[in-house]
Amino acid sequence: MLIKKPADIRPSEITSEQNYVNRRDFIRAGSIAGASVLAGTAFGAVVPEGERAKLPDVGKSPFSTIEAPNSHEDVTTYNNYYEFGTGKEDPYRNAGQFDARPWSITVDGHAGKTGTFHFEDFMKPFDLEERIYRMRCVEAWSMVIPWVGISLADVVKHFQPTSNAKYVAFETLNDPVRMPGQRRRVLEWPYREGLTIAEATHPLAILAVGVYGESLPNQNGAPIRLVVPWKYGFKGIKGIVRISFTEERPPVSWNIAAANEYGFYANVNPDVDHPRWSQASERAIGGGLFAPRKPTQMFNGYGEQVAHLYDGLDLRKNF
Amino acid sequence: MNTLQKVRFVGKPLVFLLCLLPAALVVGDALGITGQLSANPVEDILDRFGNWAIRLIMITLAVTPLRQITGWNWLTRFRRMLGLLTFFYALMHFLTWLLLDRGLAVDPAFEWAAILEDLTERPFITIGFAALLLLTAMAVTSTNGMRRRMRRAWDKLHYSVYAVGVLGVWHYWWQVKKDTSDAWIYAVILAALLGYRIWKKARH
Repeated sequence: MLIKKPADIRPSEITSEQNYVNRRDFIRAGSIAGASVLAGTAFGAVVPEGERAKLPDVGKSPFSTIEAPNSHEDVTTYNNYYEFGTGKEDPYRNAGQFDARPWSITVDGHAGKTGTFHFEDFMKPFDLEERIYRMRCVEAWSMVIPWVGISLADVVKHFQPTSNAKYVAFETLNDPVRMPGQRRRVLEWPYREGLTIAEATHPLAILAVGVYGESLPNQNGAPIRLVVPWKYGFKGIKGIVRISFTEERPPVSWNIAAANEYGFYANVNPDVDHPRWSQASERAIGGGLFAPRKPTQMFNGYGEQVAHLYDGLDLRKNF
Repeated sequence: MNTLQKVRFVGKPLVFLLCLLPAALVVGDALGITGQLSANPVEDILDRFGNWAIRLIMITLAVTPLRQITGWNWLTRFRRMLGLLTFFYALMHFLTWLLLDRGLAVDPAFEWAAILEDLTERPFITIGFAALLLLTAMAVTSTNGMRRRMRRAWDKLHYSVYAVGVLGVWHYWWQVKKDTSDAWIYAVILAALLGYRIWKKARH
């Protein structure tokens, strides 16, 4: 590293106090200016931790729950993201150095439009919406999270899947240098997830790029992740670099790791227990020490909207 | 002071306070004095008491090998206290589960039937509970008077400390979702502690 001696620093290089005081506005303005150049998206600027870009033009959605969201702290300090460690606070502790730019996403398989796209270009055609969803982890805890994202159905439609496309498969970045958790083979890397095409085109499914109106923190899956609110949280694959339209059911990470414990569907279901623990109730994060557990709802409370996707399917066998 | 006095008036009070420090930190964190509990405070407390119960059973089981290797016979004097502290942490772990997590103390809809189901149908809970019962039996009979009265039966009962070690590590192992690396460490330590005894016995 080159460290300049005081004599090497010209007066013109020194930030004036005025600019120093206004540096946050400067960064924010920069990100918004960058965004407008990129046709209405807010992903122009690399934003350091603690200076997250406010996402512009975020619409509201009738799909949002009216329940109060968890605190920003809960949402950003307690989750699973094994790429940054297996402890619940590891992602928050270890993802700070991760730089989610530049980022590209490859779309391949049975689709009319395929290729590799810069994240900013990938985002251009789609509108941002806030979706406040319940999130139920397979470990029997839950949160309410105000995501900002784009409709996965819109994304699928945009890439024009052919009639052979029966499933949509997703893959996380595989980079042990940037993702220290991948240096141990706790899971088979890269992390993989998948949905049936009917699930992927359901209006509740989104690709999230933000939370609390700001771009997604690294520990929550920056820059882009899946959110499927009626399924257990592990279906919500983070740091997505590949989206594939496949004819065969894609292998998915937790099912590869323990097929008797984690199925392909992973729909929230209080009647089908995990082999080692009950799924009948959950601990709502944010309730403090003395809050009782609450009953888990079928399809995490989204049954009215999604139950028809599974008509005729034995949910005990297809867990 | 001679060695026995040092153990009694300095060593034991010091070790006792040191071993209660993790519990004090749980209370301190819960009250926001020494730090903070995680976003899932009940799980946090449950894990911390459970982890210290496992660590203390390992420390308790290490006393005899350490005494034999070093020849420091006064180490034996710490054994009962360490065993009782193991029981204390295991009991706090259990009470946190029963009162806060399962909700006996906080949930109007609490049902004993659900506890019974957990104890009988979740094998990792069953073996954890079995370990607690054994620890309870040993704690209750840990006085000098009980030891005198029970004679040979006392020795037999207190040999179950080995079973508690095995059940404890097994209980820990079985509840881990996927990353068993910490459970491995405990299993290796336990294997060494029990292996030493088997090796010692085989030599005679």
